[in-house]
Parts: sequence; C-alpha cells; structure tokens
Amino acid sequence: MSQDFRLDNVGMVNREKKISFKFNGKKYFGFEGDTIASALIANGVHLVGRSFKYHRPRGFFGVGVDEPYAILQLDRNNERDPNIRATEQEIFEGLEVKSVNCWPSVNFDIGAINNFLKMFFPAGFYYKTFMWPPSFWYKIYEPFIRMAAGFGEASIKHDKERYEHKYEYCDLLITGSGPSGLASAYAAAKNGARVILAEDKPRFGGSLLTSDVNIGNQTGVEWTEKIIAELKSMPNVTVKNRSQVFGYYDHNMLVMSERISDHLPKTQKYLPKQRLWYIRANEVLISSGSIERPLVFGNNDTPGVMLSSAAKEYMKVYGVLVGKKPLIFTNNDSGYETAIEFKKNGVNPIILDTRSDPSSDIIAEAKNLNIEIKFSHVVVAAKGYKKVKSADIAKISDDKKKLFNIENIECDCICVSGFWTPSIHLASQSGNKSKFNEKIDAFVPDKSKQQENTIGSANGIFTLEETIKDAFDKGFDVSNKITEKNNKISVPTIVEKKSTDHDKFWCVPLPKGKSYKRFLDFQNDVAVSDIELALREGFRSIEHVKRYTTLGMATDQGKTSNLNGLQLVSDIENKVVPQVGHTTFRPPYTPVSIGAIVGREVGKHSKPTRKSPMHSWHEKNNAVFVDAGVWLRPRYYKQGNEGLFEASKREAKNVRQNVGVCDVTTLGKIDVKGPDAAEFLNRVYTNAWLKLPVGKARYGVMLREDGIVMDDGTTTRISENHYHMTTTTAQAANVLSHLEYYLQLVWPELNVNVVSTTEQWAGAAIAGPNSRKLLMKLFPNLDVSNEGLPFMGYKEADLFGVPAKIYRISFSGELAYEINVESDNGYFMWEKIMEVGKEFQIQPYGTEALSTLRIEMGHVAGSELDGRTIPYDASLEGLVSKKKDFIGKRSLNRSAFTSTDREKLVGVVPIDKTTSIPEGSYIVKDPKAKLPNPKLGHVSASCWSVEYDNPFSLAIIKDGKNMIGQKLFAMSPLKNKTIPVEIVSSHYVDPEGKRVRS
Amino acid sequence: MLYINCPHCGLRSQNEFAYGGDATVKRPELNKEISDQEWDNFVYLRKSPRGKHLELWHHISGCRQWIKVERDTSTHEIFKTYKANEAIE
Ligand SMILES: [Zn+2]
Repeated sequence: MSQDFRLDNVGMVNREKKISFKFNGKKYFGFEGDTIASALIANGVHLVGRSFKYHRPRGFFGVGVDEPYAILQLDRNNERDPNIRATEQEIFEGLEVKSVNCWPSVNFDIGAINNFLKMFFPAGFYYKTFMWPPSFWYKIYEPFIRMAAGFGEASIKHDKERYEHKYEYCDLLITGSGPSGLASAYAAAKNGARVILAEDKPRFGGSLLTSDVNIGNQTGVEWTEKIIAELKSMPNVTVKNRSQVFGYYDHNMLVMSERISDHLPKTQKYLPKQRLWYIRANEVLISSGSIERPLVFGNNDTPGVMLSSAAKEYMKVYGVLVGKKPLIFTNNDSGYETAIEFKKNGVNPIILDTRSDPSSDIIAEAKNLNIEIKFSHVVVAAKGYKKVKSADIAKISDDKKKLFNIENIECDCICVSGFWTPSIHLASQSGNKSKFNEKIDAFVPDKSKQQENTIGSANGIFTLEETIKDAFDKGFDVSNKITEKNNKISVPTIVEKKSTDHDKFWCVPLPKGKSYKRFLDFQNDVAVSDIELALREGFRSIEHVKRYTTLGMATDQGKTSNLNGLQLVSDIENKVVPQVGHTTFRPPYTPVSIGAIVGREVGKHSKPTRKSPMHSWHEKNNAVFVDAGVWLRPRYYKQGNEGLFEASKREAKNVRQNVGVCDVTTLGKIDVKGPDAAEFLNRVYTNAWLKLPVGKARYGVMLREDGIVMDDGTTTRISENHYHMTTTTAQAANVLSHLEYYLQLVWPELNVNVVSTTEQWAGAAIAGPNSRKLLMKLFPNLDVSNEGLPFMGYKEADLFGVPAKIYRISFSGELAYEINVESDNGYFMWEKIMEVGKEFQIQPYGTEALSTLRIEMGHVAGSELDGRTIPYDASLEGLVSKKKDFIGKRSLNRSAFTSTDREKLVGVVPIDKTTSIPEGSYIVKDPKAKLPNPKLGHVSASCWSVEYDNPFSLAIIKDGKNMIGQKLFAMSPLKNKTIPVEIVSSHYVDPEGKRVRS
Repeated sequence: MLYINCPHCGLRSQNEFAYGGDATVKRPELNKEISDQEWDNFVYLRKSPRGKHLELWHHISGCRQWIKVERDTSTHEIFKTYKANEAIE
C-alpha cells in the first residue's frame, strides 16, 4: 500500500530512510521518525482496535501520551510487549504490532455484539451483570470477560532485556521541553544551576514544533534547536528525550523512565532497554503542558474523530494528513490553526464554531484564506462505522439547548477542539491542592506543597509571550536561590497571533428521538448516559462516580475524559466544577513497564547470590545446592545414582563412623571488642559470661525483649577484650542490628564495638570419631589432645603456612572442630582437609546430613527457634541465669511463659519404625476425634536416624516434659497420613553428651 | 522516598535506612523491680500519633548508626534529626 496520505516535503521525518513494518500481519511502509500512528495514518489505516466494553471500532484520537484508543501489542526481538501506544512507539525496520481486545480480528470482532447488547452494559455493569448465580462466575463469566477484554497479553516468558536504575541529583528538574521548559532550563542553566531537562517525546520543543510563532526572529523549531544545542554543550545540564517523569514522591524525589532502546529493532550491546531514574531535585519546574479537551457529540468515538491539535501535529511533524475532507469542530481558536494548516497543504476544511460571532487574528487569517466557517454550528453525530463517512451537523440556539436545520455533510475526519486542560498530574502528586480557574474551565496547581512550581500551559498560561517571560523568571528565581550567581539573561521578543475567548459549551444535546452514544471516556467506554444513570442511582461523590462507571480509570488515566466528566456531573447536579472537585491523581502518569520498575533486582532472591570460597570445589564434586538465606550451600554431594535420601544418609553415617567435613562459612560472625565486652555479652545472652576465660568458647542464647528466643551460637574469648561471636546464617544481619541498638541507644556507657566479620572467614567443620586424628595431621605442631584442646577450647595455629583458628565446638554431637581461615585461604584449607583426611575416610557432608545429625542429637535450630518459642519450649532453660538480668528476662515471668504445661521439645519415633513423619504434622491423642481435633503440638523437624536406622523427629508439644513414653498420633492432613508414634526424649543419640567431650 | 539527614553522613535516601519505631520509649533499667504493666508498656504499647513523631532509624547501608528523626507521620516532613545520644530539643 502506498502512503496516500503523506504530504510532500512537509514534516520532520527522515524521507531518506524508508522503513517497513507489519500491522496485523500486513506490511506497510513509513519513514524513520514516524510513530506507528503516523505511519498507519499515512497509509490510510484508521481502524486499529476495538473498545473495551462494546468492542466498537477504534482509531486514533491523539498524538501522544493522552491516546486512549490506539493501544497495540508489539513483538520485538522475540519479546512481547503489551499496552504500547501507537502514538508514542516509533517504527523500526521489521517492527510487528497487532490489535488487541478483538477476536478473531479487528475487522470482524465477535465482541462487537456487545454493542447491540448495550442495555446489558450500563454503568456499574461489573457490579450488576455478572453477579448471579455465583457459580457462574468462575466457569462462565470470568473466562468470557478474560477472552473478550483486555489490552494485550503479557508474555509468560522470562524477559531477557536488561533494565537499569539510576540515582541522580540536581538543582532543578524540568519536566517537559515545550516553550516554558526550554526557557526555564536555559535561564537556570545560564545562572549556573545543575539542570535536568526531560522530554517524553523523541523531539524537543513541545508546542513549538507545531505553532506558527516567532521567537527572537526565529521560528519555534529554530529556536528550540538552538536552545537544545546550547544546553547540551553545557556541563551543568543533562538533556534527555524519550524520558517521561511519571511520578512525584516525597521529599522531591521524582521518577523518570527513559526509553533507551524501544525505538530500535534490538537493544544494543552494553545498553539497557529502559532506564529508571530516581531523581532527587532541589527544585522542580513542571512544564508538562496541556492536553486538548474533546467536544462531546453523538458517536464521537468513530475512527476519524480526533483532537484538532493531533491532526495539526500529524501534518506538521510527520507530514501526514488525517483526512482529505476535514471537518473542524471547535469552541475556541485552536481549531482554526488546524484548519489553516490543512488549507496551506491544499485541503479544504470546514470549520464549525460553537461561538456565534468571535473575532481574532487567527479567525481573520482563516477568513482571508477563504476557509468555510459556520458559526453557531455543532456536530450532532458522526456517521460511519469503521471510519467517519459524514456528519450530521446543526445550527445551535444561543442558549445551546436547541438544534436547528440538521443536515448531513460529507467528511472523512472530524477534528475537535474543546479548549485545553493543563496537565497538573505531577503537581497534584506532589501534594499540591489544585484550584479551579474559571477563565479556562480547568484546574491549575495552587500553592506549592513541595519544592515545585508549575509553568507554561500546565499552569493555565496559554499565550507564548507570557509563558516564556514567566518561565525565564521562574528559571532564574529558583536557580538563584541555589547558585546566587545573579546571572539573568534577557527575554527574546515574541511574535504570535492573538486569540480570543473560548466558548464554555462542550456537550451537544441529543436531537429529538435519537439515542446516540456520546462518549466521555474513550478507553473505558463511559458515555454521558452512564454518568447520568450513576447519578440517578444515587452516587454523588466524584470518587464514587468514578469507580462505579470506571470513568478515567483506564490506562490513559482519563487524560482526555476527566474534565468533561466533572463538567457533566456539575451540570446535572446544578453545581460548579470546583464544588464537585476532582479525583486524585496518582503515579504513574503514563504506564511504566514492570521490567523498568524491577531493574536489576531479578533472579533468585532479587539479589546477588552469595557463595563461599569453597563453592567451586563443591560444584566440581557434584554438590546439589540449597538456598540458605541469600547463600547457596551444598545440600548433599551426589554419588552415582543417589538421591537426597541415600546421599544424606551416607554422609551422616560417615560422620558418626569416621569423619566428615562441612562448609560452615555462611554462619554469621561478629567481632565484639572493648573493655566492657564481657559485661555486654552478659546482658545480651541468657547465661553467664563474666567468667569465661581467654581461649574458651561458650554456647549462648539471646532473647528479644518479649522473651522469645532470637538466636543462638557460640562465642569465643579470643583475648581479654576481644570476642568472636557466631550467629545462625539466617539471623546474622538482625543480630548485628540488635547489638548496635543496645550499644548505641540503651547502654552507650559500655565501651564496646561490634563489626560483622562473616565474609572475612571461611569455615570448615570437621566432625566424627576420626576428627582428632585428622587434626593432628593438619596441625602436627599443636597439642590437640583432650587436655591440650578440650571441648569448647580455642587455639590459633598454622595450617601449612596459613594462619588458622581452631574452635572445638560441635553441632553434630560428635567430637568436632571448626577451622577458620581468612576467606582467601578457604579453598586451600578445604583441599588440605580432603587430602589429609583421605586416610581417615573423610567425606564432605551437606546441610541435609547436618540436619540429620543435629536432629537426632536434639539440638535446636531455626525450625524450633521459630519466633514463637521461649527458652523453656526449646529445652534451653538450663542456659537461663537466675542470678543476673539480661535482655528479655523480665518477659519470662509473664504468666503464660511460666505455665507448667507449656509446649516443650520432645522426640518422636513412629511405632512401626519405618514410616517417616512429615514435618509440620500435628501431634494428637485421638486421630478419630471430632474436628477440629485438639492438637498437642507440631513436628518441627524430621530425619532418618543414622544411629538407629529408623525415622526420628523433633516436636514441640503441650506438657512435653510429662509426655515421654506416651503413645500418640502424628497427623498430616496435607499428606493425608496418620502415624502412630511414641514420644521419647529429644536427646535420641548420646544423651549424656560423652562424644563431644571424648 | 524520604530524604533523611543522617547526622553522621548527611542527606541520604530512605532505602539506606531501616525503621526502628518510637524513639521516646525508654528501656527499664537492668535489675530493677517493675510491674507487669510497666514492662508491657515498654515491650508492647506504642502510640501511633498523627503528626510529629520522634522515631528511630538505623543507617543500615551507611554508617550503621541508630539515629533519631523527628517526622510528621502524615506529611512526612522531617523537622530534625539527632545522633543516638544527642539531647532532644
Ligand atoms: Zn549515617
């Protein structure tokens, strides 16, 4: 198809570069610099979608962010992007887009039957139509709505594109590069301020690209180019196009999304697709401009009805005619500018002006050009289904209530202008309460709430001269507050055509006997009749009307519908608009892709994965890894066809029989130093710490103030005033914050410092009856006898030339040692242990074997210290000092915590000695009791005891200490299992603890 | 996102901090006999005022100091920030 609607030598697209793209599978051509919208219009294509509710044909209504109709789905480089506005997306070679919300095709849409069933889709139809019977919702209504509605389909694939976040600071952020944005940026930059100027579109200049003005003897376009070039050359200025500031948050934090690669066929190497900027600005100038308001008349949603400013921009920027027989329907002078532009390009428009006898420079010019103008005339209804073919027009009475002489005239587009609505979204998001400006029938920002000012047409200033003067002043004023350079530059002379007042009329009455739909919200299909119905049904608050009718709730956030909706409500209610008020503007101003919001926080945990220095050794030796917080730890080392169960059993057994080695690098480590360190530990832990000698470790339990166990671990006195604390992997960060809290806020008089050393040390636990023999070979010069290095002893020694720390501590319940070396030496240490350990049948063991070993020993871990247990519950009460005070002690006196039948840790063995008990099972007395079956407690951890070769579990059950020997049942409704069990001591293996001391 | 003036580091964004609750709560002294009610007040009971609130923030991704911030809970305006042991005006 040729570009029949492309003008020769007009516009800013690159005629040298022809670009082919596909729309709904059909190939078209456009030029570099075209949007999908401009390229399709150039090809005479206006039907691009179907409306949300009635599936009425949809064309193009605007030319930018305000577009309510032309939302498409894009396929780019094997990625799918839904919710693309055709008016914003630039074309590139090979681009493929398709229509959404239509099935099977945009030309023949089954959902369009809704259009004939519209009595079933009145305001609030979501609340009325699909309610009964309830059983229909799940099977019939929801699938139907899902199939027939929605703006595109999100991809379920992992998005391979890269998105970045950037943090930026500036003196002044300016949101929009129209005349006010450019002028203020220039004034502020010349005054030495650090400026960021953000423009949503690819081209800078805003309205200067399309208006017939003169600034300092240059056209608007020339002036824009000159200012932008100069700003770009200044080191204190950042100029960004394709960048939408979409959110204004607390303390002058604004967020901007920069579309870096969306206009290219493929994202370039080393560049992201999009970048999200978090900008902390000292001052903000909101220069987001204004959006033309529609006029409301019958079938005003027909493709070919569009904003007159959009028609003008398609001509001036893209060299594209939206029609060859245009009808201009206006209540102000803006429509004339569009008509003049048509005329200049050899097309004869007809102007319908709702005003009876206006006069201004622009109107005079239109008259001079012999443009046909019909005053006191309106469009009653557009005719044509998939495209405007003609229009019923009429003369309207002075009171705007009666229509005369309805006649049909041929046209192929209707360009409407109902005056301008300032884009106050950002100001409103900042907390600025807006005020109603009677002169322009729209809201403008009121007093600044944060460090923000609104300038130009966003502030309701519609003449260029005033806009630029004010913007120069504001740019200077806000920059001078910061720079104090007093470098004020002079304002250029401005020539523009004067315009006259607009007509407040905006909605054409229905002619007798006609029931045309007159749309307010084009994306959500909300018509005048819907609002009328909502008000008849008793909705009054504009917030309620909005939610009930969905007015302004579509992805365009009512950019074109808002004010007309308010106007209608106030007309019916006999109020004025400010009494009705407006709904709240919330970020984002335009849709933002989820990828941009997420940025680099993708993948597992949305954080970088932490690995121990021995990680690559584990990988090489068939380790299967498991997440431990943000760490990866070997769960087991696979041999042959082993699964988790076989491997962990083999590993655990080897620890009990020979010796095993486990990577314990992930344990939290904190250095506690200072003359008051002992006193501090004595307050933090429940047990006594004042008398721990140098070179000795002690197991400790710490509580929260509410008496719940927070964490446990061993702490070693390295020297007089230096302790090495260990925490569980999961609680490491919380414990550090906890210690800092008490040192800084509660007991600042204590002279103690704490610092995390988790990453500084690589740790290997060697456990099993052969561990001492292994240690002797690793440290031949060290006395590692039971006397030389007793249980809970600590030594520093040399490991083949590497300094090492040896702690005789045990989690497995076996004779065990933990060796720490500096992280860089971790791999070396591990290899040495494996090499030397060979003759003692050493095997590495993972977290699963580690769990088995600790469970059958009755050692508690995270599954027992689950944020609900006090020391008694976890059988740690022996560690609670009665003599001294410590964090959380007072809570242990609370009556619930001293109750004698509290839940307590016990062991659980299945009677048949073969059935494993699922973790989380309930312990009950009678499995057949009436539901809800009173539960005695729950199973916290299960393993296969390698010592006895049968299943063993830990459970925390009511009155646990008196339950030993009882026959009960473990029930798992999830696994549908009921297992007869016997309650035994939690210390299943070596209850006297002989092995660790051997 | 709040902009918090850490008395040690200067203005930093909220995402460097962790919230720590009411800064006016004082922990009862160690080894002091107190009633259940007093202890409950300390552990559990907090006011949730609308308006000025002195609260703790931990500069967790910065200097790791706990600081006190006087903030309006409805407008998020921050009036003043203090070091942990600084006297409150
Ligand atoms: Zn700090």
